[in-house]
Amino acid sequence: MMAKILTLKIQIRVLAKRIIPCLDIKDGRTVKGINFVDLRDAGDPVELAEIYSKEGADELVFLDISATEQKRKTLAELVYHVAEKVNIPFTVGGGISSVEDVDILLHNGADKVSINSSAVKNPQLINDLVAKFGSQCIVVAIDAKEIDGEWNVHLVGGKVPTEIRLFEWAKEVEERGAGEILFTSMNHDGTKNGFANEALAKLSSEVNIPIIASGGAGNIQHFADTFIEGKADAALAASVFHFKEIEIKELKKELRKKGIPVRL
Amino acid sequence: MKIVIINYGAGNIQSIKFAFERLGYEAVLSQDEAEIKTADKIIFPGVGEASSAMRMLRKSRLDTLIPQLTQPVLGICLGMQLMCHSSEEGNTTGLGIFDVDVVKFSNKVKVPQIGWNEITNLKTGLFKGVTEKDHIYLVHSFYAPLSKETIATSEYELPYSAALAKDNFYGVQFHPEKSSLVGEKILMNFLSIK
Repeated sequence: MMAKILTLKIQIRVLAKRIIPCLDIKDGRTVKGINFVDLRDAGDPVELAEIYSKEGADELVFLDISATEQKRKTLAELVYHVAEKVNIPFTVGGGISSVEDVDILLHNGADKVSINSSAVKNPQLINDLVAKFGSQCIVVAIDAKEIDGEWNVHLVGGKVPTEIRLFEWAKEVEERGAGEILFTSMNHDGTKNGFANEALAKLSSEVNIPIIASGGAGNIQHFADTFIEGKADAALAASVFHFKEIEIKELKKELRKKGIPVRL
Repeated sequence: MKIVIINYGAGNIQSIKFAFERLGYEAVLSQDEAEIKTADKIIFPGVGEASSAMRMLRKSRLDTLIPQLTQPVLGICLGMQLMCHSSEEGNTTGLGIFDVDVVKFSNKVKVPQIGWNEITNLKTGLFKGVTEKDHIYLVHSFYAPLSKETIATSEYELPYSAALAKDNFYGVQFHPEKSSLVGEKILMNFLSIK
């Protein structure tokens, strides 16, 4: 019995917990003030992506928030240039709503795409994407807010509430074949007070696909907590990395000291 | 050196082409028999579902060509799985190069396995300069169990083949083109295999 428990622990310990910086993109440029002294062009997503990958980021997420008609073409070009330069996997999200959208992004070199509101409006889209491209490249992003003890899914970057329950939706997303869930807690996002670990742990126990935690990162301990208490498989953050409040190398060293498996 | 990436309609092969470009090599995408036969090094990629990928290979007769190749061939991810005897995914036979049957992870672990895992028990020149327990990037729900052809081991639900080799054929379950510096080392090693 003891031996069994021991092996189980070892199994969980080998797959590294992932650290994922998220870059907001508008019209092919990174937005939000980014505080990198060594950047030649703070608005160039490709250069920033290269720096993050050298610093030890395990993956990158590009979230396109532009709403222009040129969007699709600009995003496809960006994806192509990132794929050219970066030797770690990256996910692209923001306004993706059809099989054709995904086809263009994957063909330009994206490893995964993330869909959000479009999946809620048309859940069949998940099945269609999985059938065509496989589970491994379809991430479903869920923004949710806890009100009076109930977690409800929100749309349009968390602005529009729905009646859909987080945990029910997560199960449906898994059944429809999604490969990963990127969960953002609207209650925690921007607070820098830590991730929504209780909800994250519940998600991990109710679905059997990897969960990426998002919203609330403020310090190194928050990352440790979300991997241990929140049972998250990966943690995503934006501003703490962009403003160099946390350096990825340092973060990963500290996590390893705490016994959390990371890639150094 | 002529590097050909076999293009049979499976997945994101642009990334592999870019990875070689970053290393200073041009790789061509092709499904033309003559072109593949005259290559010095051949990459057999694959992302997607096994039985439909096998159908595409049969349609373009690559299923008979690939096992007859005599140059170094590197199967990546699903490419490696298709080089095996069979796959549980869509219950398909494979190319039969590696004598092992591909099966699915159980629900004791999260499926797919996505992320960076360690490789150990490294054998052959493919892993020259790679350190035991270095991390590589994987995305997969099916795996090749350990066999006599295993040249690298990873552990998820259980120890399994992270890489296989037989004669001039190599297969890696992970994505060297997405595995940072370790992956680049492995691709360079493959290019120097005679």
